[in-house]
Amino acid sequence: MRLGLVIDLDVCVGCHACAIACKEWNASGTTAPLTDYQPYGAEPSGVWFNRIRSYEVGEYPNNKTINFPMSCMHCEDADCVTVCPTGASYKRAEDGIVLVDQNKCMGCNYCSWACPYGARELDRESGTMKKCTLCVDRIYDLQIPIEERQPACVLTCPAHARMFGDLDDPGSAVSSVVRERGGYQLMPELGYNPTNHYLPVRTAKPIPTENLGKPGFKDKIKGIANRIVKR
Amino acid sequence: MHPAFSVIFFTVSSGAGFGLFTLLYLMDLFGLDGGLPVEQKLIAGILALVLVAAGLTSSMFHLANPKNAWRAFSRFRTSWLSREGVFAMAFYPFAIIYLGLTWLVLPELEVLRLMAGALATLLAWITLFSTGMIYGCLKTIRQWNSPLVPANYLALGHFSGALLLLAVASNGQVALTGYVTLVLALLVVAASLKAIYYFWIASPGTGSTIKTATGFTRGTVRLLDTGHTHGTFLTQEFGFQVARKFSLTLKTCVFLAGFVIPALILTVGGSAAITIYAAVLTALLGMVAERWLFFAEARHVVNLYHGAQHC
Ligand code: SF4
Ligand code: SF4
Ligand code: SF4
Repeated sequence: MRLGLVIDLDVCVGCHACAIACKEWNASGTTAPLTDYQPYGAEPSGVWFNRIRSYEVGEYPNNKTINFPMSCMHCEDADCVTVCPTGASYKRAEDGIVLVDQNKCMGCNYCSWACPYGARELDRESGTMKKCTLCVDRIYDLQIPIEERQPACVLTCPAHARMFGDLDDPGSAVSSVVRERGGYQLMPELGYNPTNHYLPVRTAKPIPTENLGKPGFKDKIKGIANRIVKR
Repeated sequence: MHPAFSVIFFTVSSGAGFGLFTLLYLMDLFGLDGGLPVEQKLIAGILALVLVAAGLTSSMFHLANPKNAWRAFSRFRTSWLSREGVFAMAFYPFAIIYLGLTWLVLPELEVLRLMAGALATLLAWITLFSTGMIYGCLKTIRQWNSPLVPANYLALGHFSGALLLLAVASNGQVALTGYVTLVLALLVVAASLKAIYYFWIASPGTGSTIKTATGFTRGTVRLLDTGHTHGTFLTQEFGFQVARKFSLTLKTCVFLAGFVIPALILTVGGSAAITIYAAVLTALLGMVAERWLFFAEARHVVNLYHGAQHC
């Protein structure tokens, strides 16, 4: 088994709900707490497993904003694990999840240096390294309904931009969507072979903004209505 | 990378210690300039052990959770950081046997003394190499992921070791020509390797870019929003950047203080203890500047996600 996420960049709206749900779940999960520094102060900062960045791709008018959530990719060839001197970082043989044993970590930061994706963050309070657990304490929980046995971020995403499943199984929903939509890995040249895949933005015609021609009958009615109705 | 003082001190100090020990042993074995008196050998040997110990202790200050530090010896099969610790620890017993027998001067145990010294020297070399590989093995940092990095660590460790050996020899009533020549020879090697390294990292090459990082390979990619308000672990650890001008100035300082001025002092300055100390001190300051720059100039690929176009 090779559990991981597939993130659909075409529909992610950058709402940060996944990051909040992640924080909410994991603040009391196996690697809890996720310490905040100055949460109500002038310079709020803290430990997060999931961060969403936004990029602008292309030049106006053929440009597009793409929201880009990132968490641990649970890489197949995870250097973060091999460089760890204490054995605190490990990759589970049964499902490929990469975890940090909080009882063994000495907080040397070395694994975070080896991670290309910025997935590891040191918790200054506990002095240990923390990272996405793929909600390992939830996906196997037999006490909750089967459809809820998914990472918190996947469950919460209002746009259904996040999918969870076994990328080793060619018949799984995540594997087929990666095949169909040309899902890709980030920085493949580094050779980490990340499990998480990203689905590219679908190509769409740009919405014209200039030389729109004369307004038709429908547009005239709309214009009149707009003038009559006070907002 | 954020240039943490503890790690700079650790690498410079333990590098010099290991370099000093290996050169002390080789000079002892081959009897350079008739060999050092026992007292000088002991001073040099103890200085080496102290420098290594100080370096390792300082690296402990870098840990956020030092109570688990003992576990760092457990993963020597995969981790260079672990190997560094294991080999450094293995070095000590042999080095202590060698120095102890040097102190006791027992002709019947001379073979044992030299064998212990040889093993300690071998372990010192492996440890120095491992220190370099801690950085050299990281694919995420272009400026480090090069065979020049362990080569530089070995060369600079031996160069600073040779300087210290000269400093110790200079108050031992022995001929110094051999020791000065040794320093100058290692200086040329270390300076050439450093020059090649600076030349090598100057051009970005064909590494990762913001496009391979995001997968948006068809157009320009610009960061709009980092998604955090006031910095994160990632910006603190990897966001550090030196201005180009400042790094050029500092490189000049590394070469002037580290190599040029000591070379001038040692060739034309005479062999009074005070001039030798001046040369050694200047060179060691140059080494600290070199190490600071080694960290400060390293650009981790995570910066691509924070808007850097290439690293
Ligand atoms: S994303 Fe980083 S932390 Fe996660 S497995 Fe890959 S290298 Fe390790
Ligand atoms: S910070 Fe912890 S998990 Fe990371 S390399 Fe060091 S000991 Fe291992
Ligand atoms: S919750 Fe879904 S839509 Fe919102 S940022 Fe996360 S992945 Fe994107």
